[in-house]
Amino acid sequence: MFGFEGDTIASALHAGEVKTFSTSLVYNNPRGFFCGIGKCSSCLMRVNDIPNVRTCIAPLKENIHVEIQNRLPDLPKASFEQIPIESLSFDVLTIGAGPAGLCAAIEAAQKGAQVLIVDENQKVGGQLIKQTHKFFGSKQEKAGTRGVDIAKELENELNILKSQGKINVMLDSTVIGYYESKKNHLFGVVKRNDYKSQFLEINCKAAIIAVGAMENMILFPNNDLPGVYGAGAVQTLMNVYGVKPGKNVLMIGAGNVGLIVAYQLLQSGINVDRVVEAAPRIGGYHVHAAKLRRCGVPIYTSHSIKEVVGKEKVEGAVIIKLDKNWQPISSSETIVDCDTVCLAVGLTPSTRILSQINAEMEIIPEAGGYVALHDESMQTSVKNIFVCGDSSGIEEASTAMIEGKIAGISSALSIGVTKDKENLLKYIDELKLLRAGPFGDKPRAAKKIINKLVKI
Amino acid sequence: MKNYEKTGVLSNNDITIPDLQYLKRGVAIVECIQHIPCNPCVDSCPFNAISMKDINDLPVVDFERCVGCGKCISVCPGLAIFLVKIKNKKALISLPYEFNPVPKLGDNIIALDRMGVNRGSALVKRVVKSGKTSVITIEVDDSLAMEIRNIKV
Repeated sequence: MFGFEGDTIASALHAGEVKTFSTSLVYNNPRGFFCGIGKCSSCLMRVNDIPNVRTCIAPLKENIHVEIQNRLPDLPKASFEQIPIESLSFDVLTIGAGPAGLCAAIEAAQKGAQVLIVDENQKVGGQLIKQTHKFFGSKQEKAGTRGVDIAKELENELNILKSQGKINVMLDSTVIGYYESKKNHLFGVVKRNDYKSQFLEINCKAAIIAVGAMENMILFPNNDLPGVYGAGAVQTLMNVYGVKPGKNVLMIGAGNVGLIVAYQLLQSGINVDRVVEAAPRIGGYHVHAAKLRRCGVPIYTSHSIKEVVGKEKVEGAVIIKLDKNWQPISSSETIVDCDTVCLAVGLTPSTRILSQINAEMEIIPEAGGYVALHDESMQTSVKNIFVCGDSSGIEEASTAMIEGKIAGISSALSIGVTKDKENLLKYIDELKLLRAGPFGDKPRAAKKIINKLVKI
Repeated sequence: MKNYEKTGVLSNNDITIPDLQYLKRGVAIVECIQHIPCNPCVDSCPFNAISMKDINDLPVVDFERCVGCGKCISVCPGLAIFLVKIKNKKALISLPYEFNPVPKLGDNIIALDRMGVNRGSALVKRVVKSGKTSVITIEVDDSLAMEIRNIKV
């Protein structure tokens, strides 16, 4: 098989029509990947005899041996053994180089902090790099600019600071844990190189957690068949790697993600059979729905997916009408002919590292699940641990960027490398303004609880 | 609940339609009916014809000021702005287009309405590329001025 430089193992496999990445341990069911952005375990494979390689983010290299993992893997022969542990110190560690993390790292560095930014991917930009649509918002948040271009602008700013020695960037690396330390904060980082790993200790005065969110899954028979993908995975395949996820797609969920990804599928020349939405009304912006409708794609509100049909892969799906109480109406099933089912049913903040740090957490449905309580400066209940972006509560990329800027400045203020508070208040006001409309109801309600409960 | 919240399709009652005198001159029709935090259209207008109280407000076009330059069409992130000009029983409709292939001047293409229904053929009168969003001006019968909102090449 072959692929292109810059591909991941999973994108190259998809391009080569290989969609089964593993089989389930008990029933031996075929499994494909799901989230496509390094959050879930669906794409784990054995690469060059190293088990559990996350193929959706692992870079493709020449002459590698990739195998399906059909049993519990054996522990690899201590891959850390021969490589000594490296210890590094920084003022601020930023975990995640998406819109929030990049803005946080840039602000902190501009205020005079020595910053390290760590990301699991080969490139910075997080999910911005697949957002081919123009963003909403105002001029300050680069409205009217496509997400992928915002990522380039932020990368340029990052590179300037990098060349000035103010920011260090560590890619293809994962922060795997937080450790007790007498002084400052101590994190463990695994840096990958040819699928082998090196362990590093990072000591920092402040840390900014900007690790994003994970696509939600819903329950229905055969939801594990290859061809049932998260919307983010579909978007990554087509917009980042230029790989068509399928030929005929059923989209589940008419929030902004579902509507935007459905439109981008059409732009890639892929048919979208329909969009189904369990709620009685379309959740995303009307303008996104209108774009789809005038291309002839129907949106079925008060409908849900009942099951997926197929043996080795998705061969179709059954959808069903829901009544006022969201209960399925009997005999209202329709069979949809499709080879891909795309789930855009919401996101859950990624917060495990915050739990481990022992930041005070709370389930806040409006924020998408468990989130770390934080104050207006984005500081959690643990001193000098900040959070921003989707991992602080699900919202838009525009608000994630402002939250990142706030967290960046706050961290620099808190560790004493600056006293300049001016922009901080400006950003806090900008954030309030963006959330002031009816689509800001949910984040506003969430942040009200999140902010109220925090005690530092 | 408004019908478009369920269907994603606006009716002409949901938007402000300018008087014929303005349509004859050619003006921007903004099909943006939800209070979303977004305002690039306001900044894009060289004639200050689009206004908004704050970023969450709805854009309002001052048809007296609008000269129909169409600058706002490719700026709107929601692809919700169209330009309509009525002349000699024909309507010239300028719309944002983000698909490949981009039609060429003089092509005959299919005109689609807000539900994506084929409403007959249309002649391409003008193609302006602005970044990755093209603005395509098509000519249709004037009875379709407030119906046609998309094309199929």
